[in-house]
Amino acid sequence: MKVPVSWLSEHVDLPAGTGVAELDTVFVRQGLEVEDVLRAPATTGPLVVGRVLEIEELTGFKKPIRYCQVDVGNATPQGIVCGARNFAVGDLVVVALPGAVLPGDFAIAARTTYDHVSDGMICSSRELGVGEDHDGILVLGTDGIEPGTPAAGVVGLDDVVFDLEVTTDRGYCMAIRGIAREVAGALGAPWRDPAAATPPAWPGEPAWTVEVEDPQRCDRFSMVAVEGLDPTAPSPWWLRRRLSRCGIRSISLAVDVTNYVMLELGQPMHAFDRDALRGPVVVRTARPGERLTTLDGVDRALDADDLLITDESGPIGLAGVMGGASTEISGSTTAVLLEAAHWEPSGIGRGVRRHKLPSEAAKRFERGTDPDVTVVALARAAELLATYGGARVVGGVVDVDTRGPRPEIALRADRPQAVAGIPIGADTVIDALRIVGCSVAPEGAVLTVTPPSWRPDLTDPADLVEEVVRAVGYDEIPGVLPTVPPGRGLTADQRRRRSVGRALADAGYVEAPSYPFVGASVLATLGLPAEGLHALRNPLSDEEPLLRGSLLPGLLATLARNLGRGQRDLAVFELGAVFLPGDGAVAPLPSVDRRPDGETLAALLGAVPDQPWHVGVALTGLREPRGHWGPGRAADWADAVQAARTVAGAAGVELTVRAGDQLPWHPGRCAQLLVGDTVVGHAGELHPRVCAALELPPRTCVMELDLAALPAKAVAQGPHISAFPPVHSDLALSVPADVPAADVEAALRSGAGELLEDLRLFDVYTGEQAGEGQRSLAYALTFRATDRTLTRAEVGEAVDAALRAAGAVGAVRRG
Amino acid sequence: MSGANDPFDPKQVAALSPEALDSAVREGLAAFAGAADLDQLAAVRPAHLGDRGPVLLARRELGALPPAARKDAGQRVNTARLALTEAYDARLAVLSAERDERVLAEERVDVTLPADRAPVGARHPLTTIQDRIADIFVGMGYEVAEGPELESEWLNFDALNTGPDHPARSLADTFFVAPEGSGLVLRTHTSPVQARTMLERTPPIYVVAPGRVFRTDELDATHTPVFHQVEGLAIDRGLTMAHLRGTLEALAKALFGPESEIRWRPHFFPFTEPSAEFDVWFPEHRDGPQWVEWGGCGMVNPRVLVACGIDPEEYGGFAFGMGIERALQFRHGVSDMHDIVEGDVRFTRAFGVEQ
Repeated sequence: MKVPVSWLSEHVDLPAGTGVAELDTVFVRQGLEVEDVLRAPATTGPLVVGRVLEIEELTGFKKPIRYCQVDVGNATPQGIVCGARNFAVGDLVVVALPGAVLPGDFAIAARTTYDHVSDGMICSSRELGVGEDHDGILVLGTDGIEPGTPAAGVVGLDDVVFDLEVTTDRGYCMAIRGIAREVAGALGAPWRDPAAATPPAWPGEPAWTVEVEDPQRCDRFSMVAVEGLDPTAPSPWWLRRRLSRCGIRSISLAVDVTNYVMLELGQPMHAFDRDALRGPVVVRTARPGERLTTLDGVDRALDADDLLITDESGPIGLAGVMGGASTEISGSTTAVLLEAAHWEPSGIGRGVRRHKLPSEAAKRFERGTDPDVTVVALARAAELLATYGGARVVGGVVDVDTRGPRPEIALRADRPQAVAGIPIGADTVIDALRIVGCSVAPEGAVLTVTPPSWRPDLTDPADLVEEVVRAVGYDEIPGVLPTVPPGRGLTADQRRRRSVGRALADAGYVEAPSYPFVGASVLATLGLPAEGLHALRNPLSDEEPLLRGSLLPGLLATLARNLGRGQRDLAVFELGAVFLPGDGAVAPLPSVDRRPDGETLAALLGAVPDQPWHVGVALTGLREPRGHWGPGRAADWADAVQAARTVAGAAGVELTVRAGDQLPWHPGRCAQLLVGDTVVGHAGELHPRVCAALELPPRTCVMELDLAALPAKAVAQGPHISAFPPVHSDLALSVPADVPAADVEAALRSGAGELLEDLRLFDVYTGEQAGEGQRSLAYALTFRATDRTLTRAEVGEAVDAALRAAGAVGAVRRG
Repeated sequence: MSGANDPFDPKQVAALSPEALDSAVREGLAAFAGAADLDQLAAVRPAHLGDRGPVLLARRELGALPPAARKDAGQRVNTARLALTEAYDARLAVLSAERDERVLAEERVDVTLPADRAPVGARHPLTTIQDRIADIFVGMGYEVAEGPELESEWLNFDALNTGPDHPARSLADTFFVAPEGSGLVLRTHTSPVQARTMLERTPPIYVVAPGRVFRTDELDATHTPVFHQVEGLAIDRGLTMAHLRGTLEALAKALFGPESEIRWRPHFFPFTEPSAEFDVWFPEHRDGPQWVEWGGCGMVNPRVLVACGIDPEEYGGFAFGMGIERALQFRHGVSDMHDIVEGDVRFTRAFGVEQ
């Protein structure tokens, strides 16, 4: 809502010294966020009001040009060439004299143009920076201002406009009337309510027949008719200027007047061309197949929920949202039917969203307007049309008013102080509520409060508390820390996620959270399933309508983006939720007047699909950087497996690995990650086809693991640390090439028994000397007892036992 | 060598004469002093201190002396031996020290050579700031509550006093899950965690809920469709707006420095009443100390308590929520949202593993 200070101060007696800064503070304090403070761009030099004395039409040029004699308060008139045609002899205009500089560094000087010396310029609103109007020059009417008067003040170059954000609950602040009330209340200043006028009692039969079929959605519908409107009468310049400063374009006197009254009183209105109306007006919802061409020229299919204003021809307006084209005010309209109504807000909101028509009127109706002022607004509009367009009211007012009594709210007088935490006396409470327009009847400790007609947002005691605290001032409340009972700290899962993230970061991985949106095509490329994934009805991109079931697409996109920016060696990770397919159950929408019953709550929570946290990594390029120590080491499948082990280590669980075969991994370089018998993820090298399709470097590696599938960490048991000396023994084994190293290791461990302290595979050799179909595995074994120094014989037995066990999987000692 | 039983004259045992011993010592001292390094020293040692050296050979002659002469001669031999040993040890120490010094000098390396052999990782600042905020509240006794990102429409809206016709419940603002009527949305705020918490727990409740939320904004310098909030909720007997302010002040001081303060502006949220937006005073702002808009807060609307089965006559409370991206932007001087969401490792590495 744009609020010119000049307009505001017409209604509020601002205390002396109330400048822009003070008003800014008031607005913020009242909860009206100041989005912008607008000032007209600077104009310097002589800018005066002039009166057009003579107009000489110049011909022979590409367009008609006027050479005017303008009285600018000097003895002799000023000769000025002007291309506009919207003025006549006698009009008052704004003249920039030579030496003036208009916004945009537009310096005015005497110059010869169209064969005449132009000694200045007659200005349009846009040239002055006070509006967008550039169809013609700014005409200030014909009297009231002496030629030569400095024009800056007259046209409002010094006016400041506050652009306020009005929250959805406070529709009354979408008008000068409401803003004036707020400012006056906050400053304790006198003010004049522009809606306080009593409308005249227009005599005669109601000017039109009206029937409201849906009083739930329209509890007041008022109309008045005027005739004799001069269709050529322009809107007065001050009115146009105010509309412009409030961001509304001038169209015609009839339309401008309805807009002006809307800005002043907050009551949106509509002007019908009365002669275009056919028969009684009926307010009703749309019937199947009905259509309406709205004022913006769009032919719209109507919904059964659309509330309409209709006549015998059918729909003539989308109630509260936009009028219809068939009854639009035209350049020849002389008889106008003015309409002002009160609409149920949520229905307007539905209409706006359905038709994507966020009009100024709808913005107000959606927030709730004051049903008391419909007829006041009609009277104000009729008065302006009479003054500036020669129109007169014919017939009596139409007023279909089915409103019930306004609800009362019982408020305990001590409630505001209980909520605010500072003393607020009953008198303060009553005063604060009365200032915002409530009527308050104290009955002992309870106040019976009737909110004013313009505050449909005040429905609960809590709403009244807010009004009181707002009046007292939010920042009067001091800070006090509550006494919080002891908490249990982070949960095991929360600690685990942090540990995992830290461990990966410490291992050189950079965290890269990505959007969870994926497309079917990348899933197909990766060989990941798309079926069952949740789809958005309104995705940001039609290419990516699905919610991820895997972190890999996001990680690979991150990798690609970084590669595209010139990075080569990358190791990234993401920790985040994935969205598992649901069972299609619909989440119920129970009533909110009580806690849902157990069954409903279970259905509600059960319909929300599982969203386990996964962790994934992707790496490419060098895993260990090159430097003066050497050429570095390229990332490979083992790094991806190691990343999984890092995760498992941080989570405190033991991970085992076996060969897997799962897309998008390379079929021969895919490790299945297990905890016990449960597969919790995969790691390894991407399938070469995937790398090629995604234009990733060959041998890019990834790992993904379901954190939620990891069991809780067992309580670690302290080992017995032996001080006796160890015995080291190296074993070289010849093993069939298809026997996994993990099996050989497991066999060695089980055979070696309790005396084995440590076992490490330190070399793998495949080649001629290993033999056809064989490979050589070299292990370093460390034996130690907890209670004695081992003898050579004991170690020899243990090694032999280990070899026997390894023999069972095909391993034979070499040499 | 003289025979033990020979009649003798001490003067005849020349090797034991003071002159001979003095000479042997002189020669030994000269040889040790003349050794230029440990090798030379080792080479000259046997000739002077070895078994075949003159002093030890002389000692063997002692047995040939009559007991009366033996004492004197024995003392002379010992004195000579001690002098040589000391000289040798002293020279050995000097030469060893010289050798050590030379070796250490030779082993000198350029310690300014790069030592970054391990790749450098980092946690994303969105994560670490959330952790930091959670820790601040855990320190106050709060617990960290969580909820799903894909959430029931009822918990995201209805339970929070946001009726079916509320403008936020439109395809223009909220991501809805197909098919129409699924009752599922991507949560538009972390507030449904409030509702879940109130449905799951009984007061007193003190929780914070950091998390990821979604709105249908296109990504630009100041908006992202996927962003993060931290929500706080306290439900107890006797909680007031003063407690809300005290809590926010404690957070502000912990996160933005002891000089930080809180300012409230009345605002509207369906799920709180009274409601306010709050600004924090941030003395370290890149553009100088200033108020920065950060979040929304208020006293939990009694209607929300009712929907979650908590008696508003007995309990009340406050709730607050703020944007993590916003905090990242002003606390760390990040001006473009793209940098926060694009996963560029250069951005994230600048933040390390903790905030």
